[in-house]
Amino acid sequence: MTLELETIKWIPWLPALAAVVGGVCCMRKSMRNLAAPACILSILAGFIITLGVQSKVTVDSPRVFKAFTWIHIENFAVDFSFYVDPLTIIMLTVITGVGTLVAWYASGYMKGDRGYARFFAAVSLFIFAMTILVMADNLFLLYLGWEGVGLCSYLLIGFYYNKPAAVAAAKKAFIVNRIGDLFFALGIFLTYSHFHTVSLAEVLRSAGDLNTNLHAGGQGVFDLGAAPSVVVIPFLLMLGAFGKSAQLPLYMWLPDAMEGPTPVSALIHAATMVTAGVYLIARLLPLFALSPYALPIVAAVGGATALFAATIALCQCDIKRIFAYSTISQLGYMFMGVGAVSTAGPTVSATGAIYHLFTHAFFKALLFLTAGSVMHSLAGQLDLRKMSGLSKKMPITSVLMLIGCLALAGFPFTSGFFSKDLILADVVEMGRSNSPFATLYSVLGIVGVATAFLTAFYTFRLWFRVFTGPEQYEMGSDGHGHEEEGHDAGKAGHEQAHAPKSGETASAAIAVEHHHEPHEVSFVLMNLPLIFLAIGALGAGLWESKFGWIHHGIETSSAFLGYIPKTASDAGEAHDIHFTMQLISGSIAIVGIALAAWFHWLNRPAGERVARAFSGLVKVLNNKYYVDELNDALIVRPLRTLADVLFVFDSLIIDGIVQLVGFLPRALGMSLRPSQQGELQGYGLGMAFGAAFVLIVVLWSLNLVAMH
Amino acid sequence: MDQPLDNLPLAHFLLTGAVIFVLGVIGFLTRRNLIIIFLCTEMMFQGVAISLVAFSRFHMNMTGQTFVIFVLTIAAAEAALALGLVVLLFRRKRTLDAQAWAELSG
Repeated sequence: MTLELETIKWIPWLPALAAVVGGVCCMRKSMRNLAAPACILSILAGFIITLGVQSKVTVDSPRVFKAFTWIHIENFAVDFSFYVDPLTIIMLTVITGVGTLVAWYASGYMKGDRGYARFFAAVSLFIFAMTILVMADNLFLLYLGWEGVGLCSYLLIGFYYNKPAAVAAAKKAFIVNRIGDLFFALGIFLTYSHFHTVSLAEVLRSAGDLNTNLHAGGQGVFDLGAAPSVVVIPFLLMLGAFGKSAQLPLYMWLPDAMEGPTPVSALIHAATMVTAGVYLIARLLPLFALSPYALPIVAAVGGATALFAATIALCQCDIKRIFAYSTISQLGYMFMGVGAVSTAGPTVSATGAIYHLFTHAFFKALLFLTAGSVMHSLAGQLDLRKMSGLSKKMPITSVLMLIGCLALAGFPFTSGFFSKDLILADVVEMGRSNSPFATLYSVLGIVGVATAFLTAFYTFRLWFRVFTGPEQYEMGSDGHGHEEEGHDAGKAGHEQAHAPKSGETASAAIAVEHHHEPHEVSFVLMNLPLIFLAIGALGAGLWESKFGWIHHGIETSSAFLGYIPKTASDAGEAHDIHFTMQLISGSIAIVGIALAAWFHWLNRPAGERVARAFSGLVKVLNNKYYVDELNDALIVRPLRTLADVLFVFDSLIIDGIVQLVGFLPRALGMSLRPSQQGELQGYGLGMAFGAAFVLIVVLWSLNLVAMH
Repeated sequence: MDQPLDNLPLAHFLLTGAVIFVLGVIGFLTRRNLIIIFLCTEMMFQGVAISLVAFSRFHMNMTGQTFVIFVLTIAAAEAALALGLVVLLFRRKRTLDAQAWAELSG
C-alpha cells in the first residue's frame, strides 16, 4: 500500500484534533470514554500514513511541505512546514507505532481512573508535539515541538496531582529540562546569527559546505578567524540534548519522572521524548562536525552516563526506577553511538544510535508496560523485595517481560543485541582509527562492554526476583487491582481502606483475605499490544539485518556526513571488528544473565552474602551516589538560602523604599496638621504676616532696583 | 482747588490711612465678636480708601477716587451679605464668638 507523500502533512494534526476531543471529553462525563479511541485511532492513522508513504521518501523526493507561514517579520520568515527525509520516517515509525500500542495498553490500564479523558488528551497532545519535533523543517518549529513534549511530560508526570511526590517530580523534570532548553535556545539564536536562516535544509547545507572547506583547507576549525562563534553552536545544542535525554549532568529528573502513570513512562520517558536529544544530534550532525571536539565530548558523556546509570540500577529496588536508570544508560549508549561519528574517521553516519533508538523503543516500552502489568495486579506494589515467584500467577506477563529483558540485556539475536553491537563496533572502530581521539574511543569501547555486562546483570536480577523463586508477594496500597474502584492513588477513602496491610508483616494470606490476588491482566486491552511490542523487541534486529531499512534510511538523510571511500582491507577489518564485538557482547550478556540467575534465582542466599560483603558499596549505589543529596546541598540549599536572603532584602529594602515613599507625605501632613487650629484669627494672622512678608520683599527689591 | 495738597504733605494722609488700616488689622486679629471682626475689616477698607483718595489728589487725576467709589460700593454690598451671614451663624450657635467656629482644626 502506498499513499501520496502529501498525506504526511496530516500526521501531526490528527493527534492535535484528538487532543481537542479529549479536552472536550474531560468536561463532559458522558463522553469520557470517547477520549481513548480518539487518541488511539489518531496515532494509528499516523502510523498507517507513515508506512504508506515510506517507500516514496527518498533522497530526491520533494522534502518540504508547507502548511502555513508561521512568523513573518520584515525579511525574517518562519514557515510551519515539514521536512521529510528517511530519518523523519524512522522516527515517525517509532513514535506512531509504539505510541499506538502504548495508548492501546493505556486504555485498559487507566480504566476507572478519574483522569481517564485528561490522560488521553495529554497523550494526544504529546504525540502532536513529538511529531512536530521530528518533522520540523526549521529550528524554530523544532523548538516548538521540543517545548511541547516538555510540557506534556510535565502534565503527565504530575498526572496524580494530589500526590506530592508526583508534583515535585513534575516540577523537577520541568526545571532540569529548562536548564538544557536555555542552552538549546541560545544555540538556535547563534545558528541564526551565523547562517541567517533557521531552515534545516539550508543550515545543514551551509554547515556541510563549511565542513568541506575546512577539510579541503586542512585547517583546524579554531583557525576560522572570521566566525569563531560558530564552533560554540554544537556545544550549546549538545546541552539541550543532554537535558532532554537525561544525560550527565542533567539526568536526575528521569528516575523521578516515574511518578507518572506507567504508560507515560513507557511512551514518553523511555521510547520517544527522551530520545529527542539523540534525534537532534543525528539530525544536525553537520553542525556538530563544525567543532572537532563536539562529537567526542558527546560520546564521552554518553559513555560516562551509560556506566554511571547502570551501576545505580544494580542496587535499586523499585522496578520502574531500575528501568528508568536503564533507560538513562541506554540513552548513554545512543549518545556514544552518535558521538562515534566523524568525517575523518571510519564511521560516517549515526546509524548505530538511531538503530538502537529504534529497537530500544520497542523493548523498553515493553519492559515498562509489563512492569505496569505487575504493578496493576499487585495494587501498585513496585518494590522488588516484596514480590517473588509471580510467573505462575502472571504467565503471559512473565514471558513478555523475559523477552524485553533479553533484548535489553543484548542476548544474541534479539534486537538489542544487534543495535548495541553496532554502537560498540562503531566506537571500537573509531578507537582504532587515526583520529586524535582514538584513545578516548578505545576507553569508551571498554566502558560500553562493561555496561553491557552490568545491563544484563541488573535486568535479570529484576526478572528472576519478580518471577522466579518461592511465590511470595505483598500487595501495594493502590487500588490497581480493583477495576471498579479505579487507580487514582489519591483517593483518600480507598487508601484508608487498605492502610492496615501496608506493614512489613503483611503477606499473601492477608492479601487473600482482602480478596486481593495477583492476576493476569486483561488480554485484549493490555497483553495484546504487548505481544506486538515483544515481536518488535525480538525480531527488529533480525529484520533490519536482512533488509537494512534503517541503514539505508540513515545514509540518505542528514544523519550522514558523506561517503569516505573504503578500501577492501578496511571493509574486511571493519567486518572483523563487527564480528568480534558481536562475539564479545553476546557472550558477556550470557555471562551477566548467568550470574544474575545464580545470585537471584538458584542461590539467593549467596546473592545476599555478596551484597553484605559489599554493603558499603551497595549503600552508595542504593542511594544513587548521593547525587540528589549532593544537589540538594550544593545547589538547592544555597539557592534557598539565597532566596531567603533576597526575601529579607526584598521585604526590608525594596518594600521599605516603597513604604517610605508612601509614608513621607503622610508624615509631613501629620507634622503640619497641628498648625491648622481652625480659628479665624489664626488664619488672619497668617495672612497678615504673609502679606507683610510679600510687602517687605517687594519694597526691598524695589529699593535694590532704585539703587542701581 | 487747583493745587495738589497745598497745605499738608502726602505723607500725613498716607500715615492716617496706614494707622486706620493697622488698627483694623489688630482689631481683626484680636477681637472675637464676629460683628466687631467684620467692622474691623470695614476699617481696613477705609484706611486703604484714604490712601487712594490722597494719591488721587496728589496726582491730580480721578483714578484713585473712581477706585474708591467702586470699593465703597462693593463694601456696601459685602456688608449686607456679611451681616446676613453673621445672623445665620448666630442662629446656629446662639453666640457671636468666632472661636465657636473652629471645626476645621487639623
